[in-house]
Amino acid sequence: MTVTPEIVDYISELSRLSLEPEEKASMTAQLEQIVGYMDVLTQLDTAAVEPLSHVFPLKNVLREDVVVPSRERAELLANAPVPDQEAFLVPRTVD
Amino acid sequence: MTWETVIGLETHVELATKTKIFCGCTTAFGGAPNTHCCPVCTGMPGTLPVLNRKVLEFAVKAGLALNCEITRYTKFDRKNYFYPDLPKAYQISQLYLPICRNGAVDIGGGKTIRIHELHMEEDAGKLVHDPWIDQTRADYNRCGVPLIEIVTEPDFRTAEEVIAYLEKLKETLQYLGVSDCKMQEGSLRCDVNLSIRPMGSDTMGTRTEMKNLNSFKAVSRAIAYEARRQAERIEEGKRVIQETRRWDENKDASFAMRSKENAQDYRYFPEPDIPPIELSEEWLQSLKDDLPELAEEKRARYQSQYGLPPYDCQMITSDKALADFFEALVDLGTAPKQASNWIMGEVLAVLSARALEAKDMPLSPKTLAKLIAMVQAGRLNRNTAVKVFEAIFDADADPEAYAAAHGLEQVRDTALVESVVDAVLADNPKSVEDYRSGKQKAFGFLVGQVMRQLKGQGDPKAVNEILRSRLS
Amino acid sequence: MNELLNCTALELGSAIRKGEVSIPEVTSLALEAAGTNPNNAFITLTSEAAMARAEELQKHLAEANSPLYGVPMAVKDNICVQDVPATCASKILGGFRPPYDATAWEQMLAGGAVSIGKTNMDEFAMGSTTETSFYGAVQNPWDSGRVPGGSSGGSAAATAARTCWYALGSDTGGSIRQPASYCGVTGVKPTYGTVSRYGLIAYASSLDQIGPLARDAADCAAILDLLQKKDPRDGTSLEMPGAGTLLQSLTGDVRGLKIGIPAECFGDGLDPQVRKAVLEVAEVLKRRGAEVQELSFPVMKYVVPTYYIIACAEASSNLSRFDGVKYGWRAEGYEGLTDLYQKTRTQGFGTEVKRRILLGTFVLSSGYYDAYYRKALQVKSLIRDAFRSAFDNCDLLLTPVAPTTAPHLGESLSDPLQMYLSDIYTVSVNLAGLPGLSMPCGRDDNGMPIGAQLIGPHFGEATLLNAAYGYQQDTDWHKKAPKGGARA
Repeated sequence: MTVTPEIVDYISELSRLSLEPEEKASMTAQLEQIVGYMDVLTQLDTAAVEPLSHVFPLKNVLREDVVVPSRERAELLANAPVPDQEAFLVPRTVD
Repeated sequence: MTWETVIGLETHVELATKTKIFCGCTTAFGGAPNTHCCPVCTGMPGTLPVLNRKVLEFAVKAGLALNCEITRYTKFDRKNYFYPDLPKAYQISQLYLPICRNGAVDIGGGKTIRIHELHMEEDAGKLVHDPWIDQTRADYNRCGVPLIEIVTEPDFRTAEEVIAYLEKLKETLQYLGVSDCKMQEGSLRCDVNLSIRPMGSDTMGTRTEMKNLNSFKAVSRAIAYEARRQAERIEEGKRVIQETRRWDENKDASFAMRSKENAQDYRYFPEPDIPPIELSEEWLQSLKDDLPELAEEKRARYQSQYGLPPYDCQMITSDKALADFFEALVDLGTAPKQASNWIMGEVLAVLSARALEAKDMPLSPKTLAKLIAMVQAGRLNRNTAVKVFEAIFDADADPEAYAAAHGLEQVRDTALVESVVDAVLADNPKSVEDYRSGKQKAFGFLVGQVMRQLKGQGDPKAVNEILRSRLS
Repeated sequence: MNELLNCTALELGSAIRKGEVSIPEVTSLALEAAGTNPNNAFITLTSEAAMARAEELQKHLAEANSPLYGVPMAVKDNICVQDVPATCASKILGGFRPPYDATAWEQMLAGGAVSIGKTNMDEFAMGSTTETSFYGAVQNPWDSGRVPGGSSGGSAAATAARTCWYALGSDTGGSIRQPASYCGVTGVKPTYGTVSRYGLIAYASSLDQIGPLARDAADCAAILDLLQKKDPRDGTSLEMPGAGTLLQSLTGDVRGLKIGIPAECFGDGLDPQVRKAVLEVAEVLKRRGAEVQELSFPVMKYVVPTYYIIACAEASSNLSRFDGVKYGWRAEGYEGLTDLYQKTRTQGFGTEVKRRILLGTFVLSSGYYDAYYRKALQVKSLIRDAFRSAFDNCDLLLTPVAPTTAPHLGESLSDPLQMYLSDIYTVSVNLAGLPGLSMPCGRDDNGMPIGAQLIGPHFGEATLLNAAYGYQQDTDWHKKAPKGGARA
């Protein structure tokens, strides 16, 4: 697997990271090395193996539909980097 | 060239649970911004989702009613994207193993719409731009409100079919009690995928997706607009571009939404925080046994069991609360036809005059049954009963007490009626003579005279009978 | 060094309950030791709150309900303590004070714990050296030129340096066991699901688990007795059979215990001194009546790629919420929404975190999901099966914790792949959800501690701890403190 600068651009954009040219170059090389190493998995025949997302056979964990009082708004907003009395603020969003 | 329109629908329906899908915050509509929130639904670090049992139950009920296959082993997945209405930057949804698949909805006229899938997911928050500070405010009250998304196959050919489907969907979900389907509060929202192709062709054209359709009227107009727009483009030799368009109700037109600045790649993967769900046959059977009678079944039953006309059946079952009201009246001993007449007439009229929904009706079935029984027993005449109905409606007052307090009960004292009849006959020999010589009109005049003397409270049936026997 | 600082948490707890020492006395002793932040082990010291808590606990000493009542400890900075900054050693969480306690911390509070502060770590628990911290690297108390391991390096260093009696850490791919090994303390990564993750700031949700770093196996058992409890706020949490009885079950009797030695864990790439010390553990346990057998664990060469694919994929999603909108740090000078996101995340995350986010985004992205992420989930299934068959034949596995002892500061980060490969002995335990224990078993020529790992089947904590307890009856590696203890 070759990790191209285009792939790095694409995944940077998806993850909202903008790398400086130098950082991007070293990142591309490192990712290529790491992904190349990961390709060792292709040696394994897994055609008949079900993907395992949850390691425990735990299932049906449900809560009852009972209202719990919400938190004080001030407590929820207290950590916002831009203070406001009633909401989290962001630059104008396009529709 | 004649064109065929091909439409598929994605409908988001808010479930009528008390709490959100993954936390205990209320789902109540409205509320000041960010007051129906907690660390879980605002996506604070370290918090975890736990699935609301009712959401699963409601989604399965909806799937059963829409004739879907229910997935016995189902999971949640994360859909990753950045937007300020999504505080975790991923939406917990279902991609790989949705709860329901392959359903079908009969929309009448021999047409069936196939359901591709139905899945559970969480709603996002609301963004409101504040021009004063030129900033957008994010309100997370709606974050985590449970939704089901119902995706159809591209089976619609006309706007009428789409509306028939939406009406059927709304009726079904309301009957199940899984959603109130209020379009104005956004609890039923749909996106329309539309393409056109030459009539007779079996290949698909390029489709567009339309959003922001907030009423059946908007859906209908948007479909007509978009089909025309696409046809005009093709006829002008242009291509239809695959894009998302926003319907503007005021301008009666749709506009291409600015294509997202960033690439769309949602990187779905199984949600590690929520263990899978395995549905047992017993549980499914208990839900099936528990499904209420749906509108269509009620309509058929009202016709066959009560002999009501199709139109009455349609009207009464159009709203589950109304049908429940009707059935309560019948259970209280009211004749089905009487019950239906009152609902179709007075009840609907007063509801409409008060701008009330049937489910918010103050009048109880018990009170109306009592009033109808008084008419049947001859204690109130029909016209007086309507006046009583209007007077007692808002307070659900006792009709008997009201009639007594206002002296509205009919005179049922036969001796009194006979004496009044005798007096009227004695005072109107001319009319008696006219009647006997065959003038039917004279009989009406005599009835009128008797009723006047009884101050309108005579039982018309008794008055007629006594008059006739005296004149024969 | 004050003798009290050198005793175990259980010994101190006992002295407290007997009235030989007071809780405020030992708390101020710990705060004094931590005062100059030796080894840069702490990000936040909560001195005032700790003293107030100590006074309060002392008042209610008669109601002491756990053997650790009043014993001062420390909490890794990715575990939420209400109103105390939780930074995850990242710039991007600067200023964040969670309005809630992690369930695991609530459990400790209920058992009378006193926290003196939040410990340093690799940024978002991503690293094996505690050098990726925004708040600076942590030094190994045995040699300040070396790393303490990671990511729970602050918790390991504080415990080893006798700054506090024990600490909570978290382990996603070895983040408790490997620093415990490098710093010469005992650490346990519990069975997945037995300790609630609510309030643990997620790195990789399917692998993360909170656990103890302490002086010895008995201390770890006492801490786990408090920590392990099913939590309705964590859907992946499990009821641990026999939860709360680990300490009382310790006998040190290992007669008939079958210990498996996976051949693949003692091959190429393992430092001979580490190899010798770890195999010596088997000899000690054999002398106590255990049976030792070699076995094959054929999936070893696949565990590191499988781990990094799954961990990074989950991390890329878990860390998306850090965007400068709801909490933490926001970049300046942005234009528009996307720029706000990009500037905040690019400047707010360190290089290693960005590398893992990119890697995780890559393996989930359209066109690569099946080849990498889905494939890794399939291999994860094979790894689980390999452990299953191993545990058909034995009760515990004995392996090294890391291929070498602690490297020098600055040696590891330049070659990320090499650093990832050093996680080879620990990551499979997380992939399979198993309990793993790391305990000191020797020292190399430089005097640096060597650790041995015991791995048990699901819910095998009692067996693990009992074997370690037996081993520690006959050895004293766990009693050795770095020279001078805490150093500035």
